[in-house]
Amino acid sequence: MGFHVGNPKTAVDLVQAHQVHRDVYISPEVYALEMKHVFANAWVFVGHESQTPNKGDYLATQIGNQPVIQVRHKADDIHVLLNRCPHKGTKIVIDRQGNTGKFFRCPYHAWSFKTDGCLLAIPLKKGYEGTGLEKTPNGKGMKAVGAVKNYRGFIFARLAEEGISFEEFFGDSLSSLDNMVDRSPEGRLEVVGPPLRYMHHCNWKMLVENQTDTCHPMVAHESSAGTAVKLYEEMDLPEGAPKPAAMQIIAPFMSPYEFFEGMGIRTWPNGHGHTGVHHSIHSDYSAIPGYFDAMVETYGEEKAKAILDENRHNTVYFPNIMIKGPIQQLRTFIPLAADKTIVESYIYRLVGAPDELTARTAMYNRMINAPTSIVGHDDLEMYERAQEGLHVNGLEWVNISRLLEDDENHDEEAVMNGTTERQMRNQFDAWCKFMTYDLDQQGPKE
Amino acid sequence: MSVSKDHIIDFIYEEARMLDEGRYDEWLALWLPDGHYWMPLDYKQSDPINETSLLYEDMFMLKLRVERLNGARTFSQKPKSRCHHVIQRPFVDEMNDTTFVTNTSMHYVETRLDEQQLLALTARHDLTLVDGTLRIAIKRVDILNCDAAFRNIQLLP
Ligand code: FES
Ligand SMILES: [Fe+2]
Repeated sequence: MGFHVGNPKTAVDLVQAHQVHRDVYISPEVYALEMKHVFANAWVFVGHESQTPNKGDYLATQIGNQPVIQVRHKADDIHVLLNRCPHKGTKIVIDRQGNTGKFFRCPYHAWSFKTDGCLLAIPLKKGYEGTGLEKTPNGKGMKAVGAVKNYRGFIFARLAEEGISFEEFFGDSLSSLDNMVDRSPEGRLEVVGPPLRYMHHCNWKMLVENQTDTCHPMVAHESSAGTAVKLYEEMDLPEGAPKPAAMQIIAPFMSPYEFFEGMGIRTWPNGHGHTGVHHSIHSDYSAIPGYFDAMVETYGEEKAKAILDENRHNTVYFPNIMIKGPIQQLRTFIPLAADKTIVESYIYRLVGAPDELTARTAMYNRMINAPTSIVGHDDLEMYERAQEGLHVNGLEWVNISRLLEDDENHDEEAVMNGTTERQMRNQFDAWCKFMTYDLDQQGPKE
Repeated sequence: MSVSKDHIIDFIYEEARMLDEGRYDEWLALWLPDGHYWMPLDYKQSDPINETSLLYEDMFMLKLRVERLNGARTFSQKPKSRCHHVIQRPFVDEMNDTTFVTNTSMHYVETRLDEQQLLALTARHDLTLVDGTLRIAIKRVDILNCDAAFRNIQLLP
């Protein structure tokens, strides 16, 4: 069967409770609809406030396929502007980050804008007298996104002018971000260095789904995690000898199915969810001297313990980021085309905590998330094989029914067996919701 | 035994050839037990520990990497990648009694299936003379476009 996806209302027919049509991954038409609707109606991660610490600091990135600039306008005021000159469209900044001083100045004809986007000056402005420029959106300045929220240092934006509120969109899922930030004795994170940037020739959703795919590590990563365990056993180290770092980071991928079943998956409304409800591959990381004491100092023993006992593994925030609270990591899956996605993997420092924690986080990032990672290699291989395999005609649906229940209701929080594919279904539920959100709430626009 | 400049330069050439020919057991034997292979992520990065790097690998990780290449279930190596170094004559920047530093520009090509990538690299080798034999203490490989988004880099430049 074939679909003609002309509009969002038919796109949602590609999603059923137990399966999705392959066009959600391979069709450029569906991709264009996602960019226009899902990424406009949802709250999407932009950057961290520590990437733009001073007035005039900016960061250039994308929300879906929309180029945007995160810029610090005032000491406590960060704006997100579309990276397009209102005159003829020139991108205002090209470098990934920098400082623009008191204003942006377009390099083409020198229109200039305050750091909140408002038009500041146009050379030879009298040439526009009587043309009505000031009444057009172009005459106002750089366009801002619909809404911005700085949540504990993390900047999110919604492109659409109207839509779901930040609080409603994320709801209780913010507990994962809270836990990541609370792990700093000062309640504050700071970005460390540039992100790893890894190019994948596959659809962005494959990467997001894989974040809660607990049935793949022991299979796809046997060559790295299994070999690590084998090499370690061959070393035959005496009892109590320190384990090689790779054993702490990579070997847990080889944990048996029962481990992943037992770790649990929680889903929240609007497509968010996490693995590691009860324990996770991050549970057994060795304690770092001085850290717990610093935490107790801030929070008291009971609260400090509660914060550190939380071992959530991967938390997916719909549509396109994943965080690892216990190791202060954020990965963003930036869609470039139906079959092209760039993954950026950031790490953060827990302000007030010992450096060893940052060292462990940096180690995890390079061992697992780098284009040079032996773990990443096999993941990319699987995604790209799927991207190619999905072109097979006559078998056009992708099954997502593992541990599907009859009465699954994604508007309610749920905790399930850790090998369920419920979170993938949850993401598609949100995908349908935000694909049509503007239509459902305000009636068709076109 | 004293070591000549030519001896050091030959060592660098030979190392590149071992990698191109996949002679990994010989290649691993070039390293000191506490050696590290470092590939920074950031241009002119100075800290391998507290910032993300592309690689900062001890001997356990390097052995694991090499062992994995030949595994029966190493899916991303079915089929296998191949690599090719074209290196410029190394500069020998430091010559002490038993420690030496070289700086080598190279073009590194890695290929698999229909894809081939070219990286322009600068490698710094910190070498140590142990019982008359040169060993690698640190190999630092800086990629000219380290800030670009890469696809898989599966073998070792
Ligand atoms: S395009 Fe920006 S000033 Fe003309
Ligand atoms: Fe994986």
